Amino acid sequence: MENLLSIITFLPMLGAAILIVFLRGNDDYAQRNAKILALVTTAATFVISAVALIAEFDPSNTDFQLVEKREWLAGLTYKMGVDGISVLFVMLTTFLMPIVIGACWTVTTRVKEYMVLFLILESLMIAVFCSLDLVLFYVVFEAGLIPMFLIVGIWGGKDRVYASFKFFLYTLLGSVLMLVAMIVMWMEAGTTDIPTLLNHEFSFSNMSVLGISITGGLQTLLFLAFFASFAVKMPMWPVHTWLPDAHVQAPTAGSVVLASILLKMGGYGFLRFSLPMFPVGTEVMATFVMTLSVIAIIYTSLVALVQKDMKKLIAYSSVAHMGFVTMGIFALNKQGLDGAIYQMISHGFIAGALFLAVGVIYERMHTREIDAYGGLVIRMPAYALVFMFFTMANVGLPGTSGFVGEFLTLVGAFKANTWIAFGATSGVILSAAYALWLYRRVVFGDMIKESLKTITDLDAREYMMIVPLVIMTILLGVYPALVLDIIGPSVDALLENVTSAQAAAHAALAQN
Amino acid sequence: MMIGTDLNTVLPELILAIYAMAALMFSVYFGKDKRANAVFWMTAIVMVILAVMIALAPAGAHTAFNGAFVDDAFARYAKVLMLLASAVIILLSKDYLQKNNLLKFEYPILIALATLGMMMMVSAGDLMSLYMGLELQSLSLYVVAAFRRDSLRSTEAGLKYFVLGALSSGILLYGASLVYGFSGTTVFSGIASTITDEGLGLGMIFGLVFLCSGMAFKVSAVPFHMWTPDVYEGSPTPVTAFFATAPKVAAACLFARVLHDAFPTAQADWTQIIALLSVGSMFLGAIAAIGQTNIKRLMAYSSIAHMGFALMGLAAGTEAGVQALLIYMAIYVVMNIGTFAFILNMERDGNAITDIKCLGQYSKVEPARAAALAILMFSLAGIPPLVGFFGKFYVLKAAIDADMAWLAIAGVIASVIGAFYYLRIIYFMYFGNEVDPMTGKMPALHYVALMGAAAVMLFGVINLFGIEAYAAIAAEALLK
Repeated sequence: MENLLSIITFLPMLGAAILIVFLRGNDDYAQRNAKILALVTTAATFVISAVALIAEFDPSNTDFQLVEKREWLAGLTYKMGVDGISVLFVMLTTFLMPIVIGACWTVTTRVKEYMVLFLILESLMIAVFCSLDLVLFYVVFEAGLIPMFLIVGIWGGKDRVYASFKFFLYTLLGSVLMLVAMIVMWMEAGTTDIPTLLNHEFSFSNMSVLGISITGGLQTLLFLAFFASFAVKMPMWPVHTWLPDAHVQAPTAGSVVLASILLKMGGYGFLRFSLPMFPVGTEVMATFVMTLSVIAIIYTSLVALVQKDMKKLIAYSSVAHMGFVTMGIFALNKQGLDGAIYQMISHGFIAGALFLAVGVIYERMHTREIDAYGGLVIRMPAYALVFMFFTMANVGLPGTSGFVGEFLTLVGAFKANTWIAFGATSGVILSAAYALWLYRRVVFGDMIKESLKTITDLDAREYMMIVPLVIMTILLGVYPALVLDIIGPSVDALLENVTSAQAAAHAALAQN
Repeated sequence: MMIGTDLNTVLPELILAIYAMAALMFSVYFGKDKRANAVFWMTAIVMVILAVMIALAPAGAHTAFNGAFVDDAFARYAKVLMLLASAVIILLSKDYLQKNNLLKFEYPILIALATLGMMMMVSAGDLMSLYMGLELQSLSLYVVAAFRRDSLRSTEAGLKYFVLGALSSGILLYGASLVYGFSGTTVFSGIASTITDEGLGLGMIFGLVFLCSGMAFKVSAVPFHMWTPDVYEGSPTPVTAFFATAPKVAAACLFARVLHDAFPTAQADWTQIIALLSVGSMFLGAIAAIGQTNIKRLMAYSSIAHMGFALMGLAAGTEAGVQALLIYMAIYVVMNIGTFAFILNMERDGNAITDIKCLGQYSKVEPARAAALAILMFSLAGIPPLVGFFGKFYVLKAAIDADMAWLAIAGVIASVIGAFYYLRIIYFMYFGNEVDPMTGKMPALHYVALMGAAAVMLFGVINLFGIEAYAAIAAEALLK
């Protein structure tokens, strides 16, 4: 099976094509058929990816596996492959997509288009994590903007137009600089093949641009260009402002995809490109990035405290949690990197579940105002339990996956820079404050609002969406080896690669 | 004997010229506008046949008339592109003109003559033949711009285009005379060898600058773009569609031809000029279109921005740059044909409309057409994986390869600004407020053009339909 990754990648797109070509009409049956077909496609993708990757993927091998390569235009290649880092993101995507489709079940406008866009988006997201060619990566990375723009713009809330334009233009501006950097890398190294570029040493001798001397030279410039893209995508403070808008306006399923998968592309990009390809640039910029991260953690946690809109609160909490990820990555040690990847995977489940939870009551009450709720535990005990569980996981309660990620990144940060770790730890306290306070205001208290008196508890479909996420959160919380064993060898190799390149650079600079 | 080989080299042009005259005679004597339908079809068919003929012609470069006419792979690439574009535009024009009582037999003949001029332009090997081709093309275009004689806007457009066009021709001619004065020859190769031997004197520099200004007017590059929005808006829509396609290819290729053939050793001087034209066009095209609600004006600014990108390939001054320019033009032409096939059918109760607000919720009325236009808009904005992105990708690569990273960075920033107004059209179609739907059936031909262009944008990602290789051969021929 040498086309395995291509099959996994393009299966959802095939489903989308079938929908476009064969599904006609817009009555209830057509809508249901569209949803069922999308669900079957995403489920099949998940099953194939799970079976195939368990059978074919060898975690102890740090090379890229399941590699396939074809000629493409302009001397580029269509090259796909996964290593220990990317394989889990592929799995995260395929695991979450059936749940996302489940979250679309109550949509009744333009159902066919909605399903088509999500299926296309899934293909593109899988392709991002599998691409082993720079430009191929860029193409699929950017292409994801189109379906997301339409999802937010067509099915979003009141201010959806503003949010979708902001999302699109913000991320596009970040990414085009990365494109220029990629072409420069291509010219320098003579190839766009990512495995080759990982071992290419880009120039790091100091250079001067417009009279400003740049430490780390070309590597720093390239790093900054990639940083512009990934920092926006991540998103990092202070370029995070598109995210709350997009999240609030996006439909529930769109929010889940955005929080659980799209944000992870930024972190994945740092791990795949910035660290191994520009080790010197990384060293120059590491403290800066860690500082931004810790500001993000504290600042956005404080901002989250004063939010009146539930989705906005969770969006800001996402920015704070992504701050832990960047902090862990740029701590540049084993615990930090392990923790960052762990945090991304775990945040995929937890933030996804929280947005689903907001979606559940939004569908019933059509408001996301925190003040419109209160005392939900009386009518919705099961919901209260689930919401409690994910609130705790979001705070990082031991026993949930959130704890492992936060703990490891904090250990990593502590080893790299004590003050950074100190600041970040205070962010943990703040996260407990805003999360528990949200929970208190929505679920506890007396049920005084008339409109809430008839609200119903979770139904079967909602259980089916949320239970898998509960299971994964607990599983990863009590048995972290499940993830760490897969990413371990690849992270070791990455770290070894970076530190040896940095040591060589120091030696070379010392000689001059 | 000699004249025989010469005529053989210009055979496609000869055929088109004879056809145009024959068609004119035929129509005048046998029923005038009653024959218009047949003339439209015949002209398109002749053009397609000529395109095939040129595409299948044996490789290699030939010159005719003592170097005044060059037939090489570069010229052939441009000619095939222009002929096919003109043929499609003629066929697309037919339904629109018929509906507006403009179906006159002169129209396809004028287009054919303009195309003939363009073919001369890209094959020019001498300042004289350059000017001849340019004027033949321009004069035909002035007339078609004012084709709707009883419309104030259309005559205004024609007049405006004529006055400014004449001015630019004058500037170009002045530049040509300076170049001739300081080199003693009008043949490109002679000019090139003079510069190599004697260096680039002040007079030559002036000549070069004036030539560039004249040609910049034809590609509507900033700061010589002023005529574009008005002419685009005022001309009948099929004429606008024509302006946006074949003549742009001709002008861009002529630009490349003159600079690389006549001034190859002065490259350091003209790359600066072109780079400035390019940056100016990209930014002006991107920013000025933001406030536009008239789709024809919007497309005018869009074409200015796109020409800015195409010129970036020329600014690189390398073979890869010319290749990028050629690929860019081909992609640009396809995108514009698709978009104009749509614009031609924007009407309500028989009245043509150009306000983009009228597209409100169009996706609910006509999902397939809306999706096709959305694909074209994303492609014009240069969002991957659509083919429009690869056009930009090639020119960016050429610019960076030529150590002009600043130009590439400026270009990508301009493309982000420009993305806004393409997105706005999508916004109206998908997120906007509902308006009275547009009426009117889309003729099958227009539908095919729209869907075909969208499909090309979508599936071109696989290998760009092999155009890369042809463009490479063409670029190699120019820089031999």
